[in-house]
Amino acid sequence: MKNKTTLAIVDSGVANLTSVMAAAKRLGSEAEITSDPAKIKAASKVILPGVGAAAAAMQQLKAKNLIETIRALTQPVLGICLGMQIMFERSEESGGCDCLGVIPGKIARLPDKKGMPIPHMGWNSISIRAKEHPLFKGVEDGSFVYFVHSYAAPVSENTLASCEYSAAFTAIAGYKNFIGCQFHPERSSQVGQQILQNFLDM
Amino acid sequence: MLAKRIIPCLDVRDGKVVKGVQFREHEIVGDIIELAERYSAEGADELVFYDITASSDGRMVDRNWIKRVAESIDIPFCVAGGIRTVDDARAILANGADKISINSPALETPALIEEMAKEFGIQCVVVGIDSREQDGDYFVYQYTGDEAKTKATQRRTLDWVSEAASRGAGEIVLNCMNQDGMRKGYDIAQLSAVRAKIDIPLISSGGAGALEHFADAFIKAHVDGALAASVFHKKVLTIGEVKDYLKKQGVTVRI
Repeated sequence: MKNKTTLAIVDSGVANLTSVMAAAKRLGSEAEITSDPAKIKAASKVILPGVGAAAAAMQQLKAKNLIETIRALTQPVLGICLGMQIMFERSEESGGCDCLGVIPGKIARLPDKKGMPIPHMGWNSISIRAKEHPLFKGVEDGSFVYFVHSYAAPVSENTLASCEYSAAFTAIAGYKNFIGCQFHPERSSQVGQQILQNFLDM
Repeated sequence: MLAKRIIPCLDVRDGKVVKGVQFREHEIVGDIIELAERYSAEGADELVFYDITASSDGRMVDRNWIKRVAESIDIPFCVAGGIRTVDDARAILANGADKISINSPALETPALIEEMAKEFGIQCVVVGIDSREQDGDYFVYQYTGDEAKTKATQRRTLDWVSEAASRGAGEIVLNCMNQDGMRKGYDIAQLSAVRAKIDIPLISSGGAGALEHFADAFIKAHVDGALAASVFHKKVLTIGEVKDYLKKQGVTVRI
């Protein structure tokens, strides 16, 4: 028998939480949307969602006294979309802002390229680099997942899966207990569901 | 490489999915959640829910079902119909919709596109256009949800798509009214003309009835997504059949 997984979905004030919560429910997870540092620390898994701009998200986390809480977490933490981007040290979005810095590196705007409008929006395929990583159990290389973003992390040694649009970028990053997912697993059909399940099983 | 999208469109009236022929004679085809779940399981890349009565009645879409849809499916979806203000859009997005689509209100107040793009990001803002060929040019129509109120505008479609894109539309759905519900193929000439005017994603709508119609839209008119309703509601084709066929034609699809 496995220990019961408790999932804290961080209420950053700028995220669309409905779909993340619904995905957790579909997987039968006992999830709670919360900005209570004690509950976040006590959860066995933490999801950091987010949409919008990096600076606004960091301001919200600061206002809720969550920055140090998140930095100090030792259980598996999954950042989704903007939630992933603010896991990095810095984002150049809207003039630049310091972020959580739990994954090394910086977030930059996707380059402009003819016929490739920004934001990068839609279903794109990922190249899995860390094939043995538990996050990719049952996930095929080249699977399509759903992206909506204008900024991204360049490919680095912490890239677990990459994607190609106007440039190659990090689709999933991993560093210590922090995992960042640029796409929306909660909107990525069976593949996304599998990745979320794998995260909950970590 | 981005996959080309297949997008079933669910026209909603009074909480049920309906479908008419050339925007008229609506018949009930099923329950919203049932169809949404069926299409996402079949491999739809996105769904569009369009409240066809909302705009012409001057009332807002009923939001209760939006949250239920967001909880039921794990693909993105867009809500259209009677969204007249930034607050309307915010409420719909807060209920879990990924995008909102505006049509008649954008024609009345084009600045609404900018306001919404600024507030939510252009990826949330879809501009729907009902267009019909007339004397060798294409013109935008308004209030197409209600036959009695449907009217031609003075706007040329090719001008309006450029304006919408420059104001911050993240995507254009071009509904070619001559073809709607006829299942005789998308209006490739019109779509190609619009494609040449904009870089943002273009979604074809109106006329899908056979496998080749989808291939034509992607290969000849270079659209990013193809929207269809009756061909899927009436089970003339399944989404799986369409995607298998497209893949064989060399079109990148998610299977």
